[in-house]
Amino acid sequence: MNLWRGIKGTILPFWVTLSNMLRKPVTVQYPEERRVLPERTRAQIVLTRSPDGEERCVACYLCSAACPVDCISMQAAEDQNGRRYAAWFRINFGRCIYCGLCAEACPTLAIQMTPHYEFCERQPLALVYEKEDLLIEDGGKDGDYNFYHHAGIGVVNPRGSNPDETAPEDVRSNLP
Amino acid sequence: MENYVAYLLILIKLVLILTMILTMAAYLVLAERKILGRMQLRHGPNRVGPFGVLQPLADLIKLICKEDFVPPHSNHLLFLLAPALSVITVLLIFAAIPFAPPLTVLGHEIPMVVCDLNVGVLFFIGLSSLSVYGVTFGGWASNSKYAMLGGIRATAQLISYELPMGLALVPLVLVSGSFSLTDIVNAQRVLPFAVTQPLAFGIFFICILAETKRTPFDLPEAENELVAGYHTEYSGLRFGMFFVGEYINMALLGSVTTVFFLGGWHGPFLPPIVWFLGKVLCLCFIFIWIRGTLPRFRYDQLMRFGWQVLIPLALLNLLITGGVLLWLRG
Repeated sequence: MNLWRGIKGTILPFWVTLSNMLRKPVTVQYPEERRVLPERTRAQIVLTRSPDGEERCVACYLCSAACPVDCISMQAAEDQNGRRYAAWFRINFGRCIYCGLCAEACPTLAIQMTPHYEFCERQPLALVYEKEDLLIEDGGKDGDYNFYHHAGIGVVNPRGSNPDETAPEDVRSNLP
Repeated sequence: MENYVAYLLILIKLVLILTMILTMAAYLVLAERKILGRMQLRHGPNRVGPFGVLQPLADLIKLICKEDFVPPHSNHLLFLLAPALSVITVLLIFAAIPFAPPLTVLGHEIPMVVCDLNVGVLFFIGLSSLSVYGVTFGGWASNSKYAMLGGIRATAQLISYELPMGLALVPLVLVSGSFSLTDIVNAQRVLPFAVTQPLAFGIFFICILAETKRTPFDLPEAENELVAGYHTEYSGLRFGMFFVGEYINMALLGSVTTVFFLGGWHGPFLPPIVWFLGKVLCLCFIFIWIRGTLPRFRYDQLMRFGWQVLIPLALLNLLITGGVLLWLRG
């Protein structure tokens, strides 16, 4: 019985390999053939704008902190009316692993993932994208979202006058 | 005058056979990669030229351009000698292999073999034993533990499997009554020895699988255990020589099996050389097929199989053949 099993186990694989040889290869030959990508493919990162055309990024450093390979760096700055922005913003796509943690960490939906993945370069330094390379003229996935209409402090409107914002509380008057 | 013509003929045959074999070895590499790829539902190399037919050329250019590295503390002479040995011994055997029946041109009979040795079988066995040195020296001279282990394994394996291989050939010599390969082929005019000597054929086939150092018996270069075995430290064209030597060996052992067991050039309808080449290519496909199918033996299994199964079987076969021949010829 053992011998029979041995013989069967030696002969049958030959049939398997031969029949596989006659099947069509499953390889997708990339430059000529392209796979249909899943809808939520994560690839190149962009910085989006709010509906009024302003940069959404408030330079909070959360993306840079969340990044497991430390490929995001920036310098925060503030303009005259107190709105924060990134003086410079840099993503090194040579290191980026497209994990999407930065986009998840972003409180203002500024940093977002796009499905565009074909942007390889021969020079590694050409993969370091600056803020002007990253910024797009669009709101991305949630185009109508405007962070400052919900939480802006005296930036878009005076304090307390945003549509879903209540007027500031006078902490001295509501003591028990 | 007559002498010059003879020398010229030998030279032409040498050049023809050499180019034929080297081309065949190069395209065996491609064929193996393609066929293995298809067996694993891949395409295999298909970028260089139509269907990848120029891949061997690209590989050659790559190998030539690589750095030729000799590890420090290695034994220089042996390190440089080893790849040459493993190619030369294999190439030399082709000199004794008859490809087709003698051709008659202008009343002269031209044998389709470089030199029809009357001890062709011994020549083959002797040279294939010598080829062990290439592997042993390569493994030992590299001064590397992987190469060393690969060399030890290769030596043990090749020596163990040479015995049953030689023993499997003795019955053929008994039946055909000659050590000459041409006579052995002519003795198979009616029935190839694969039919009349199936046991010897089986033993011989398993042994040449071990001789080519290919899967089920690829312990000497087991990639996942020994990096690349005895040629771990080789690079550039020297590695290429080991590599090509392996594929020439595959073509050689295909031809040798054809000569010994499959009736050489004998076959109906088609011209003899086509039969010979067809049989060799079929055997090469079977080698590749086996590589795509079977996993590797364990070292103790390999040794036990060689010494405790193949050698007794070969001896038994020899005994039976001798007895039957004695009984038949009175």
